Amino acid sequence: MTPANAPSPGAVHIRTRGWGWRHAGRRAFAARHLDLEIQPGERVLLLGASGAGKSTVLHGLAGLLGSQDEGEQEGELLLDGAHPAAARGRAGLVLQDPETQVVLARVGDEVAFAAENLAVPREEIWRRVGRALDDVGLGLPLDHPTTALSGGQKQRLALAAVLAMEPGLLLLDEPTANLDPDGVLEVRDAVVRVLERTGATLVVVEHRVAVWADVVDRVIVLDATGGVLADGPPATVLVQEGTRTRLAAAGVWVPGWQPAVGGTMPGSSGSGYGDGVLLSAHGLGVARTRRGPAAVEDLDLTVRAGEALGITGPNGAGKSTAALTLGGLLRPRAGRLDASPLLAGTAGSDPFRWRSAQLVRRIGTVFQEPEHQFLTATVADELAFGPRQAGTAEATRTASVAERLRLTHLLQANPFTLSGGEKRRLSVATMLATAPRVLVLDEPTFGQDAGTWAELVTLLRELVDDGVAVLSVTHDAEFIAALGGTTLHISGGAGRLVSR
Amino acid sequence: MSTDYLTPVLTGTTLMRANPVSKLFAAVVITLALMASIDWVSAAVVLACELALMPLLGISVRGLVRRIWPLLIAAGVGAYGTALLAEKTGAVLLDIGPFLFTEGSVAAGIAVGLRGLALALPGIFILLSTDPTDLADALAQKLHLPHRFVLGGLASLRLVGLLVEQWEMLGLARHARGIGSDGSPVARARNLLGQSFGLIVQAIRRATRLATAMEARGFGSGSRTWARESTFLPLDAVVAAVGLLVAAGAVTAAVLAGTWNFILS
Repeated sequence: MTPANAPSPGAVHIRTRGWGWRHAGRRAFAARHLDLEIQPGERVLLLGASGAGKSTVLHGLAGLLGSQDEGEQEGELLLDGAHPAAARGRAGLVLQDPETQVVLARVGDEVAFAAENLAVPREEIWRRVGRALDDVGLGLPLDHPTTALSGGQKQRLALAAVLAMEPGLLLLDEPTANLDPDGVLEVRDAVVRVLERTGATLVVVEHRVAVWADVVDRVIVLDATGGVLADGPPATVLVQEGTRTRLAAAGVWVPGWQPAVGGTMPGSSGSGYGDGVLLSAHGLGVARTRRGPAAVEDLDLTVRAGEALGITGPNGAGKSTAALTLGGLLRPRAGRLDASPLLAGTAGSDPFRWRSAQLVRRIGTVFQEPEHQFLTATVADELAFGPRQAGTAEATRTASVAERLRLTHLLQANPFTLSGGEKRRLSVATMLATAPRVLVLDEPTFGQDAGTWAELVTLLRELVDDGVAVLSVTHDAEFIAALGGTTLHISGGAGRLVSR
Repeated sequence: MSTDYLTPVLTGTTLMRANPVSKLFAAVVITLALMASIDWVSAAVVLACELALMPLLGISVRGLVRRIWPLLIAAGVGAYGTALLAEKTGAVLLDIGPFLFTEGSVAAGIAVGLRGLALALPGIFILLSTDPTDLADALAQKLHLPHRFVLGGLASLRLVGLLVEQWEMLGLARHARGIGSDGSPVARARNLLGQSFGLIVQAIRRATRLATAMEARGFGSGSRTWARESTFLPLDAVVAAVGLLVAAGAVTAAVLAGTWNFILS
């Protein structure tokens, strides 16, 4: 789809000549040999494998890569012929995580912040605030607290905050990766509305191509080794067999294509674990805090060996709280959660009362933020940690887990320096190292490229086949379908089981 | 969802509408008067005035006690300790073994307890009646403190509330990895240290991301305008005058009562 409206006079023109950037302390360039020209008002989707330097390009365009001590620049990158740092306020950047972008306590002040920084006169600021909030469809009072917003609303607020600068270039760095399906459309539609009014140039980075394919008029694919892999209209780049294959190989979610997964669909092979009950919940009520309101009430369900259970529902419905309670981490508010002798072994029947060393051998919980669970300085120590705590250190099991999750070449690396996909693989691997019979995962596929996604699905299928019960909190319908299990749908404080 | 621990609980009260700078001024004047002398009359007068002004906060006595009970205990302990250890002058009131209280020591103890409360209350008044954003606006626009410093402080204040939540989350994440709050005292101490370090790492990463978001919105260099104008109302003159009156009244009462005890004399 090509936009019919002409570019606004304020839209930014981008030109790079042999541009590259190397972060201080890194040996390799994050992006290199880039020769690009983007016309004012063009809408560009920027793709590439993880590590191809997409975020670096956006940060460069936003003028955030500057001084000598931050890194080394090669070639040149110009907005309307000027250095981005000199064009302050011309480019507006929205980042991936809705939680870490909110600066102030009230919605109106948050939007006004950027305009204040650009020394816009007071009356003009409030005019811009009103219009920016209209543009993104946030019809809230100006003193509405920013903490009370959903993820999708926070991203639209971040977009409004950037719009108050009246930028000629809109830069979006995976703006919908952390959102539920409703939130994704909310943000996408707000962006379209804004572009229709302002005619600004757009550069968006996103793994899930289908969301943006109809909105953009050009797709640029970065090559991980530098330069550009493909460049053209979506109808060409995303349809031509040659580029499609290369994009798929790079982990990009090409529309109408599913990454190939291995293993067998759970349940189809008739595994012999059908009756092995591991956990059973009776009238279970869950709550995040001891005195706060209950998130979900009256859950009745059993978790069996060799079963996959998907936990779905809108943002904030209490899915994670339910999962953490089933994982023995939060105290049940009401009712009971019992571990069967098959799971508990020598420990008691209440998972919440298990000591850490007992829990880690029985139930593994993979948190949404992998970094929250990293405890040591190398990948090898990280993998050996759980077994040592549980007193079951077995070098062969650790080695096979590392092998299975393709971490062998990273054993000496620091966990915090890994890429997003590698961090996710490591956080799953650390939990598998102690061979728990129940594995709980919180949003395992958020922000993952197609390659990591397929690996994860394959691995989880194999685990289920081996008799592990896999519980995943997820918005990802394809992920649930690929695991083929039962779904627990949580909304409005109640849970409903849906069989496949 | 996160909680803002530092947002004022009161809205629409009179004191809320006053400029934070005038409230700071009143608090500083009262504090200086209290610091100038250690006697029970000036402390009692200030405390009485503060309690009389309490209705301005629109907060119930129970609500206030729930927020300041640690202070009440601290003041009581301070008073008791002083009465026990201060110079034993005047008639003996109580003498049981090592526990000797005289008129002079009890008066000193009461003075310390009252002063502690009287000193703490202006801070409580400001905390309960001031929006941090308004405070930042006033500090930058009226007192002309550097805006980078003021807004950086304001943004970090919001992250403080998130730390509590992150601490709990880290505790759960570590329990799931096999280190929890069980085992020997040494193991517990080591675990606490590890969790604290984890919290620091998370806090730095979060702050770095927020700094990037702020920089991407043009924060940092050049001059800036203010969307909200920090203004002085007639009310602010009243707030400042009340602060001066309370301070002057306390000093006068102490001098007339003959208890004035200037610390520099």
